[in-house]
Amino acid sequence: MKEKAHIKFRLNGESAEVAFAPHKTLLEVLREDLNLTGTKHGCELGECGTCTVLVDGRAILSCLFLGVDAEDREVKTVEGMAEGNQLHPLQDTFADLGAAQCGYCSPGFLLVAEELLKKNPKPNRDEIKDALSGNLCRCTGYIKIYEAVELAAARMRGEEMELPRESIFGRD
Amino acid sequence: MKSDDSEKPLKVVGKPFRKVDARAKCTGQTKFADDIALPRMLYCRILRSHEPHAFIKRIDTSKALALPGVLAIITGKEMPIPYGILPVSQDEHALCIRKVRFIGDPVAAVAAIDEDVAFDAMNLIEVQYERLQTISSIEEAVTIDEPRIHEYGDGGNIHKKVSLEFGDVEEGFALADLIREDTFFYEGNTHLPMEQHAAVAYFDTDDKLTLWSSTQTPHYVHRALAKVLELPASHIRVIATPNGGGFGGKSDPFNHEIVVCKLSMITGRPVKVTLTREEVFYCHRGRHPVLMHVKTGVKKDGSITGMHFQSFLDGGGYGSYGVASTFYTGALQTVTYDIPRYKFQGVRCFTNKPPCGPKRGHGTPQPRYALEVHLDKIAEQLKLDPAEMRRQHLVKPNTVTANYLRIGSMGLGECLDKVVAGSGWKNKFSGWAQPNRKLPSGKGIGIACSSYICGAGLPIYWNSMPQSGVQLRLDRQGGVCVMCGSIDIGQGSDSILAYIVAEILGIDPFDIRVVTADTDLTPVDLGSYSSRVTLMTGNAAIQAAERAREFLVMAVAEKLGVPIENISLADRRAFDVENPEVGVSFAEAVVLAESKFGTIGTVGSYSPPPSPGKYKGAGVGPSPAYSYSAAVAEVDVDPSTGIVVVERIWIAHDIGQSINPVLVIGQVEGSVYMGLGEILMEEMAYRGNRNVVHKFPSMLEYKSPTTMEMCDVITYLIEDPDPNGPFGAKEVGQGPLLPVPPAVANAVYDAVGVRIDEVPITPEKVLKALREKQRGRAGRYGPNSVPQIDWPAPLRVQTPAEGGDGREMPHVAVHS
Repeated sequence: MKEKAHIKFRLNGESAEVAFAPHKTLLEVLREDLNLTGTKHGCELGECGTCTVLVDGRAILSCLFLGVDAEDREVKTVEGMAEGNQLHPLQDTFADLGAAQCGYCSPGFLLVAEELLKKNPKPNRDEIKDALSGNLCRCTGYIKIYEAVELAAARMRGEEMELPRESIFGRD
Repeated sequence: MKSDDSEKPLKVVGKPFRKVDARAKCTGQTKFADDIALPRMLYCRILRSHEPHAFIKRIDTSKALALPGVLAIITGKEMPIPYGILPVSQDEHALCIRKVRFIGDPVAAVAAIDEDVAFDAMNLIEVQYERLQTISSIEEAVTIDEPRIHEYGDGGNIHKKVSLEFGDVEEGFALADLIREDTFFYEGNTHLPMEQHAAVAYFDTDDKLTLWSSTQTPHYVHRALAKVLELPASHIRVIATPNGGGFGGKSDPFNHEIVVCKLSMITGRPVKVTLTREEVFYCHRGRHPVLMHVKTGVKKDGSITGMHFQSFLDGGGYGSYGVASTFYTGALQTVTYDIPRYKFQGVRCFTNKPPCGPKRGHGTPQPRYALEVHLDKIAEQLKLDPAEMRRQHLVKPNTVTANYLRIGSMGLGECLDKVVAGSGWKNKFSGWAQPNRKLPSGKGIGIACSSYICGAGLPIYWNSMPQSGVQLRLDRQGGVCVMCGSIDIGQGSDSILAYIVAEILGIDPFDIRVVTADTDLTPVDLGSYSSRVTLMTGNAAIQAAERAREFLVMAVAEKLGVPIENISLADRRAFDVENPEVGVSFAEAVVLAESKFGTIGTVGSYSPPPSPGKYKGAGVGPSPAYSYSAAVAEVDVDPSTGIVVVERIWIAHDIGQSINPVLVIGQVEGSVYMGLGEILMEEMAYRGNRNVVHKFPSMLEYKSPTTMEMCDVITYLIEDPDPNGPFGAKEVGQGPLLPVPPAVANAVYDAVGVRIDEVPITPEKVLKALREKQRGRAGRYGPNSVPQIDWPAPLRVQTPAEGGDGREMPHVAVHS
């Protein structure tokens, strides 16, 4: 059998060590060797954005990133977004606005959005579209996702923002 | 259908609650099929045919079996019994036995200790084929009788021919002031769910089989497994895992599901398969490519005197849902505008391409596109405003159409009014006189309407049992568990169950445990297709909850010494309405009921009302209710590149009653998105010398809208409760897709004056049509004719207006 690679890295704020076949992608290592199945796959060719995780704060496609390259890096997956039982504001607004329908692409969108809001706490709609353009969603038509990012951004800035009535009940 | 506590204000229904699984989905905790890993689990890979049409002469698995780590290899001869979703199309084998019918047809399967070994072993299997002539298009299928792709059907490579006539259509044409004929083509496209299909099977030491699978139809998978594996159904448990998107693409029983079961039976170990994205394209069962011809007679005011609709479906290599799809291309034309005489002829062909089946809107987006563009052209010829013309001739509520579809509530008029007013239609639509445009050159506006079923009137296999069942269990500590065979594919069906039960029992939806889609634990629901789930499971849930409520109310009334009708359930309490502070908690109410009656469990079930249509073929189209949608699209077309940008869509949807408006709007926006993808870019295109090799089996090359292409959507919800819907609710998962493609096509015409009568509207087609127009010819891109085929004499049915009884007429028809 093949010899295993062995790495140490930071995973969702904790130190982690894992051994795996050296050709494995970070996606495979997370899902198969660390049982963190929150990171999904849609193509395993870098086309859909579903497997996005943060490495040193940057959104990357874990299907195109070798597991061995995570050595000594800080990796964050969707499982690491909530603080204890407290959801990240993005997770809250995704849940409230129905931005997660089937939920399969949601981990990728959440992490890309988290990176965006770190860099740009007040993105306009076009900046949100631009940041999310590498992620495909087949359920929502993206609109509830934009609204959830906008609402979370406002809350993270400490601003009061009601859920927009039109996005819940439609236009009168 | 309503709760009999009907005076009570709604506390849950119609409110924007979170989904019961929202938290799990936003934290990565939802377990999809590929997230399951069991101890000693093996991995499966399936060898698929690279030949589009061939006899299998020999399969040699010896080299593959010799590879270390390979535990089993199976071929078709081990599973000789055929299966298929429809009883009339049992034409698939878990692995092909004698021949292959498309590139991607499964031939052999490997179980190995890991995916890499399975992959290597798969590549060591040697298959010798004897090539057959391929059939790659509708035109070839209707002219080339031999070789036949299948040995059944309506002759040659025709799978199914349908010919129906309601009333005398020639008489209708004779009454018309204008008769118009048009030809359209709607290219096939695919569901592209983000989650690739996956399944895990375990045949355990008790000789019982469990399958976890990303399927929309666990009940049908259960039936197929019992049949093919020759196991008693009682020894098989199918658990549908939450689907990472379905859209119809996970509605057939699939070969990979049967294969992993067989491999687990052989090895005694759990076996998993996860399809690659390329394989998902081969599974397909997506939108049929449909060529259509429509001939309509109208009076000067646009009222229809008769319509003849023909459709030609490219079915691909297997039957799948195709017979139903064929009928659906002709069924729902009649439920939007009054069509007093109607003739439908449809034919589905077999071709050597991945099989087509149901995709969101199942068989109806293609004819709806054709009909709505055709009506736009009629409006132009009659110099009528296309919005006005549609508004004038709507089907009336509580009527029966010429083809015997019973219309209940009908909110399309209000939908039209909303989008016309909201879009500023009157200030934007230039009439048909282009010189005096209201919008700048290159900008255009278009309108279309549609309707969709809320579940099919008849089940897929004939039986008189309910289509949906719900079981409720009340715990003496106040817990409520609702169990139902329905499967959440992202639309929120688990939540709908919780909301409805919570409403009737006066508790919070998050107090409820929802257990779904497990054939061992949950009563049968037929599955997440044909927009049936909210209406059918909702009604079953109402019945189960009403029955539970009755136990609670009787016990509490006795305890409080007040009449039964005085007891109300709300805010987690049961109390006397005349003296609201007198009451007990919900948990105490359960204790009282359990003390009096024993363990509290109830069931509810739902069967659709019988349909008035009794003729052969009347099974497709009837529904307990019809949803309605109207859409206006505003586009910007660049005449130098042909690129169409859809800027905004206004859409109004007649939902009857929202059970949860956030989820309804999510379905509307998602439907608009998918319709936008279909009209602008999505296509299952084939290449190669035989036109049977899939051109784009990847997410990069199969173009679907990203955030960059998605348009703005303005949604209006019309709430006109339907008596057959739970709390009046109708469907929303599929219907709002339907008006989008034709609204965009009509807007393109308004923008640059060319008709693109073929979906998708790509820049090349727009440019070609513009060039034709510059040369003084008709600015049009699309098919000019349909194949001439021998149609059977139509089954003649007298319409309700003619005094018909819903049965076919006994004599042979005059017209053909």
